[in-house]
Amino acid sequence: MADKRRVIGKALRKVDAAAKVTGATKFADDLAFPRMLFCKLLRSTQPHARIVSIDTSAAAKLDGVQAVLVGQDLPIPFGILPVSQDEHALCIDKARFIGDPVAAVAALTEEAATAATDLIRVDYEPLKSIASAEEAVEHPEPRIHDYGDRGNFHKLIDLEFGDANAGIAEGDMVREDLFFFEGSTHLPMEQHAAVAMWSPDQKLTLWTSTQTPHYVHRALAKVLELPAARIRVIATPNGGGFGGKSDPFNHEIAVAKLAMITGRPVKITLTREEVFYCHRGRHPTLMWVRTGVKKDGAITGMHFRSLLDGGAYGSYGVASTYYTGALQTVTYHIPCYHFQGARAFTNKAPCGPKRGHGTPQPRFALEVHIDKIAEQLGIDPAELRLKTLVPANSLTANYLRVGSMGLGKCIAKVVEGSGWKQKFRKLPRGRGVGLACSSYISGAGLPIYWNNMPHSGVQLKCDRGGGVTVFCGSTEIGQGSDSILAYIVAEVLGIDPFDIAVVTGDTDLTPVDLGSYSSRVTLMSGNAALQAAERARQILAVHAAKKLEIPVDRLSFAERRVYDAKDPKRGMSFAEAVQSAEAAEGTIGTVGSYTPPMSAGKYRGAGVGPSPAYSYSACVAAVDVDPETGIVRVPTIWIAHDVGRSINSAAVIGQVEGSIYMGLGEALMEEMAYRGNRNVVHKIPSLLEYKSPTTLEMCDVITYLVEDPDPNGPFGAKEVGQGPLLPVMPAVANAVYDAVGVRIDEVPITPEKVLKALRKKQKGEPGRHGPESFPDIPWPEPMRVPTPWEGGDGKAVSPGRPAITAERPH
Amino acid sequence: MLRLPFFTYLEPKSLADALRMKADAGPDAMFVAGGTDLYPNMKRRHQEPKTVISLMGIPELRRVESTTLGACLTLSELTARPPDRLTAAVSTAARLVSTPLLRNMGTLGGNLCLDTRCNYYNQTYEWRKSIDFCMKKDGHICWVAPSSPRCWAVSSSDVAPVMVAIGAEYRLLGPQGERVVPAGRFYHNDGINYLTKQPDEILVDVRIPKPNGWDAVYHKLRRRGSFDFPVLGVAVWIQWNRKTVADARIVLGGVASYPQEVPEAGTALRGGALSDESIAAAAEEAYRPSKPMDNTDFDLSWRKQMTRVYVSRALQQLRDRRTTPGLDV
Repeated sequence: MADKRRVIGKALRKVDAAAKVTGATKFADDLAFPRMLFCKLLRSTQPHARIVSIDTSAAAKLDGVQAVLVGQDLPIPFGILPVSQDEHALCIDKARFIGDPVAAVAALTEEAATAATDLIRVDYEPLKSIASAEEAVEHPEPRIHDYGDRGNFHKLIDLEFGDANAGIAEGDMVREDLFFFEGSTHLPMEQHAAVAMWSPDQKLTLWTSTQTPHYVHRALAKVLELPAARIRVIATPNGGGFGGKSDPFNHEIAVAKLAMITGRPVKITLTREEVFYCHRGRHPTLMWVRTGVKKDGAITGMHFRSLLDGGAYGSYGVASTYYTGALQTVTYHIPCYHFQGARAFTNKAPCGPKRGHGTPQPRFALEVHIDKIAEQLGIDPAELRLKTLVPANSLTANYLRVGSMGLGKCIAKVVEGSGWKQKFRKLPRGRGVGLACSSYISGAGLPIYWNNMPHSGVQLKCDRGGGVTVFCGSTEIGQGSDSILAYIVAEVLGIDPFDIAVVTGDTDLTPVDLGSYSSRVTLMSGNAALQAAERARQILAVHAAKKLEIPVDRLSFAERRVYDAKDPKRGMSFAEAVQSAEAAEGTIGTVGSYTPPMSAGKYRGAGVGPSPAYSYSACVAAVDVDPETGIVRVPTIWIAHDVGRSINSAAVIGQVEGSIYMGLGEALMEEMAYRGNRNVVHKIPSLLEYKSPTTLEMCDVITYLVEDPDPNGPFGAKEVGQGPLLPVMPAVANAVYDAVGVRIDEVPITPEKVLKALRKKQKGEPGRHGPESFPDIPWPEPMRVPTPWEGGDGKAVSPGRPAITAERPH
Repeated sequence: MLRLPFFTYLEPKSLADALRMKADAGPDAMFVAGGTDLYPNMKRRHQEPKTVISLMGIPELRRVESTTLGACLTLSELTARPPDRLTAAVSTAARLVSTPLLRNMGTLGGNLCLDTRCNYYNQTYEWRKSIDFCMKKDGHICWVAPSSPRCWAVSSSDVAPVMVAIGAEYRLLGPQGERVVPAGRFYHNDGINYLTKQPDEILVDVRIPKPNGWDAVYHKLRRRGSFDFPVLGVAVWIQWNRKTVADARIVLGGVASYPQEVPEAGTALRGGALSDESIAAAAEEAYRPSKPMDNTDFDLSWRKQMTRVYVSRALQQLRDRRTTPGLDV
């Protein structure tokens, strides 16, 4: 491994790029089989209602209809988290939002299936509906679910690390702010689709556009009451995921059951409107933060509250709620910290993990809050941040173990690149710059369901022709995870990444990888691939060295050859190396796996936040604000991202730019809007009316990669898929303030809000638009955890409220 | 995916054939040009024709003669015409419609006859069922203004306000023969009956007034410059008499069920130069009757406020153009 790197860090083509750009890639909807049926779901037209009766007789009689399912046919509940098994494939006795699936039809054509759903008569008895988190707080009854911490609260959390109140009181200044972050959805180009096939030998195969085939596998086994061994889930290439395809979904279970009943393949492709109903996107989140700071900007303590509007089901919501409180501590040193978080059920499409999962909301709040603190203290916000950085290789108040930490370098890069010092508070009215930073996990330290097995596994097969096949359960969602496997194996074995066959996301063929979420794949499947490749290299090296009659440690693997590093002419082809090994040992195959390090926190709730490594980003946004209209345009964003080490620099920059693009939409326009006074109907479930930037609205992006290798990452790599999104929204908000002197403490930052704040300012009122209050919430008894510097061991000293849910299985 | 319902598709080669086919097929038939409005609407069951008669194969509808534009010219073709002051505002408006792909299909006539829009209406059948439908299709109430006897869907054409402002004329052909209608009398302020055109009439072409010292501009407000419908369109026409405004028309799009002319705003400009004061007065007059409702993108009070800003900016552009040497009409 002493060789110069030939693959890692290079801007290589992705291994699946040609197929993607020529249209050869087969997505789930491209699949077709003889005798295939088409499925349509009938969705609830009521936001909250008892289902009195369902009459499917007319639908069943319609020409071409082969099967009709209702909730009773699939009575076993499921859900992504073991603590929130609150979904049914089809509603049984109650519908909880407009779009909740109630019945499913399989027919010879999509037209017939649609016509059949029109003929299904559902008799609803409407219940009072809950349209917002505030309404849920006010109305514990009627309960949307009969589980959850109380009333319409799904989850209530109270965690205190050290004495936060005492810490805050030590500040020379105490600042309190309120923020709101609107919900938004993922908007993948590919709508979810799935095809199920039931074979005569009683085996089920499901092809589906999922980010998490392993979890779909588990859910199918549970709901269909089939042995997992009889189910094969194949994750088709995803046309974008962004977190929206990480849950097991109703339609996947429905087509599986329909295939079992009819004995024919059954396909479903959701409409764009249905994708809005699957949702699992960003939780609308109201936040309150109170921080004590010294005159020099040092934080003395922080108290943070969040109220999440969860929508109609649990999804990842418990984790999302913890995430709104977890990562505040990994950027700026916070000596004591109190977090209170609540998630409410409402009669809207369920929220869940969207790129950044639960952390963009508090990051927005924190970074704007810090900007205000810096202004109040008269310190440049870049300087203030640099002074308070969390040190590398340290433990935070909430027991997150920070390894490599390149945020300081990131800030320096964007400050220099953007000309920050010449621009900040110096540009003419209407133009401004804003700075914000962030951090994100490179994979979660704990799995979604408790087990002590690896998070990622790789099998590697060496062919005597010189080819290598990598098998891994990871899922290619466009981010490049298949390529990462090929690059890493190619680097170690000295072969061309394009010689490597990558087989992924197939529960029959590949070892488990937990899925493409939490920015975990490069680090975790990358480490597993690295281990498998190193083991293969060892085997090949032994036999190559014997044949070449040189010591093993003198061997080099490069250019598809295995040779003497001291005398490169003395060697053999890679294929010959495989052949000698195979002749001596039989079939050459190895395995590798990865399990993250134990996390330091041992309190209940400590499962959310720990990661093998944290990425860091700093961002400067430039804005032009039209003071007559309030319209904000973002011409340029400068961003520096600490990725540890890029495996493919072009792919890393691609992820950074994609993150900025998505962040820009959240900053300026995206909104999951509902009409609370009109039956809680989704206002705009279409690609035209749900406003999201197009390429023409995209800003220029200047990206700097900061490479500070992390010992836990393969070749030092950390995540890049999510972190760079986080600083965009607060950087834009801070820039708007720099441009026109008003604070928009809420995203999206729409022209209406900017103009309202400007008008208020003209009238001599505070130039601010944002939430005015945080409701009273019946917080539980706080769970108190002494900080590391108080001599804590990561355990809670007071148990808090008795456990209803067990997030941390210790 | 959302499927188009089954229908019979006819391709007449002449206007006479088109009219005969329509007469044969009766009220269940509709004419279609580019289809960028009708087909998505059919998927959502807004219009449910059993027969669709395409006008795209009729050469007469694609003709251009000095000041006459055939109704089936695509918006891209309008945009690609060599720049001339006469049709500059029309091409500006055409260029601001949707995306290049849709402009390649969508036509002038289609944009002028565009179905009114409302975000209680432009939804799928299932969505509309959740609110028990609305009066524009399948229901009884206007959700935008529940006590209103009429539908408040919004005129969302970019080109129509320009045609009304410049005083263009539309030539229609129907079973009863030909008639010519001034653009201003082609539209009704009613979200359902928004056109005076009869279903069996065909919009043949549009006649632009001859050059005699007039000028016009169009300004459009929308969320994304790349493809949205207008939430406000401002078309301004000015008849210059040397440096003074002899006559003026200000027409607003996207705020009512028809392109709404504001006569008071024109009056405020008449007889004087385009001064800051007269511009402000006209903008104020235009602002007053502008009554956007909560059925498009953006907050309605902001959209109303933008009327003032956009009318001012349109007038400033006309003034700048008048005072820029070499660009005189």
